[in-house]
Amino acid sequence: MSHPVPIPEGRAAVRPSRLRRLAYSQSAAPWLFVLPFILSFAVFFAYPVLSALNMSFQEVLPGQVRYIGLENYRDLWNPTFRKALLNSTEYTVWTLLVLIPLPLALAVFLNSKLMAWSNFFRSTLFIPALVSVVVAGTVFRLAFGELEGALMNSIIAAFGFEPQKWLRQEGLAMFTLVLLATWRWMGVNVLYFLAGLQNIPRELYESAEIDGANTWNKFTRITMPLLKPITIYVLTISIYGGYAMFTESYMLWAGNRSPNDIGLTIVGYLYRNGLEQANLGLGSAVGIVLLIITFTITMIQLRLTGMFRRED
Amino acid sequence: MSAGNVLERRLASVGLVVLFALLGLFAVSPIATLIVASFKPAQEMMRYGLNLRLDPELLSLKNYAYLFSDESLYLIWYRNSLIISALFTVLCLFFSSMVGYALAVYRFRFRNALLTLVLVTMMIPLEIIILPLYKLSISLKLINNMWGVILPFMVAPLPIFFFRQYAGGLPKDYLDAARVDGCTEFGIFFRIMVPLMAPAFSSMLILQALFSWNNFLWPLIVLRTNEQLTIPIGLATLLTPYGNNYDMLISGAVLAIVPILIVFLFFQKYFIEGMTAGGIKG
Repeated sequence: MSHPVPIPEGRAAVRPSRLRRLAYSQSAAPWLFVLPFILSFAVFFAYPVLSALNMSFQEVLPGQVRYIGLENYRDLWNPTFRKALLNSTEYTVWTLLVLIPLPLALAVFLNSKLMAWSNFFRSTLFIPALVSVVVAGTVFRLAFGELEGALMNSIIAAFGFEPQKWLRQEGLAMFTLVLLATWRWMGVNVLYFLAGLQNIPRELYESAEIDGANTWNKFTRITMPLLKPITIYVLTISIYGGYAMFTESYMLWAGNRSPNDIGLTIVGYLYRNGLEQANLGLGSAVGIVLLIITFTITMIQLRLTGMFRRED
Repeated sequence: MSAGNVLERRLASVGLVVLFALLGLFAVSPIATLIVASFKPAQEMMRYGLNLRLDPELLSLKNYAYLFSDESLYLIWYRNSLIISALFTVLCLFFSSMVGYALAVYRFRFRNALLTLVLVTMMIPLEIIILPLYKLSISLKLINNMWGVILPFMVAPLPIFFFRQYAGGLPKDYLDAARVDGCTEFGIFFRIMVPLMAPAFSSMLILQALFSWNNFLWPLIVLRTNEQLTIPIGLATLLTPYGNNYDMLISGAVLAIVPILIVFLFFQKYFIEGMTAGGIKG
């Protein structure tokens, strides 16, 4: 595709300057357009990733840096990091178990002909996604307070339960974190599934009905298979979001300090060691471990769901 | 259709509305509780916890008056948040739309390689690079500087991808017509493509503005002194091991979300498109 440089009549005698030619060049233009990405990618992404890998093999002290091989990774095998690993994994698994089936079902309901005011409800469920984690964390921290009059304790009291110390007990702390995630993300995931559902042609259901399919058949044979791409997308971002969770825990326990580390996550551990204790080597090793975990899970999941076979 | 069937459908319909009304209550009640609490004295909350009780004698605007007083830095945080979000969003849309457009419209060497890099950037949790990025920001003198918050994430992969998908779906006839008329390649982009991509700009504007208004981890690392903080970081500093400043925290949180809720009421469509942008498949 090479167009000659258009030279308006009357100016044909003037030789176009180099700058002018550049402005009209269709081979130079794309490079000028993508230049910001190339620069930003090199400086703020590729370099930091390589630097994290490099630092993970170093002991980084002010003014002196020493290669210590796999020492940082060996140091990571400690009870606190294992705890963080376990917490993040548990949190991710719970969010997947809640935040995929539930929004899928709700989206199917919202999309059904029986549903009244579906746009209104869709918007209402979406509202929590507008709220920052800092604000959401503040509300949940207070609503799940230990006092008898705190919102959550007064709700369970209505059902005859004793007040609980929500943020001081292992299981309850995880429950609070998962509920916070459910609150913030349910509406967004409903929207994803709803977008997927609206792309399924109605005729498919109509012809299935003619063939005698019932509601369940239609759901398992038409809806589920056709929602597969969007489900895989939601699954992938949920795994990433789950393993990278930090701010929720930071806010619920006012600055990453949960009792017995019941709310400590992988990124929380990275923050504590890498920034608060300025151990950049160990912190970088945590980052690399997190990268390996999320990358491995995504690869396994994409393979299992057959996304590699559908090359375009 | 038999009478029984109609009744069954009616019942199912009512059941669904009840279910969604309860879920809606679950979605809205934390925000409602927060707004109610912002009018109550903090001692009240320390004593009874966060709840929806409305005691007219206790309600006052004192918390808000404190926010706007000279003792509080809240207005400075608000201003910082506004400036950072505005600059970040404008620059992000400017650069990302150019990159996305070029990846969609031009055929050039390494185009697919570049697109792969964009996708790779999307696939890696940014949390893993915060330490090297922190070190880099120290050497670039970006610590405690609003540019340190803006620059590293300004050319963002998701908007690039979104603009690429959008531009790819637009008719290309205009472009050649403009070239024949003597338009430069940049002229084509700014005069023809940008107006055509207006809906994509609206969605990304909302997504990126919301992201930077609510952004936490990176600004927490970059911004160091009280006068430089944004609202989320400022609010988080009010919770300390030595005591929590709830008067300011709660009313400050309310003022941080109310503008967004108002904008949401009017531009729901763009919020919804922006927030679900990632789900659009190529």
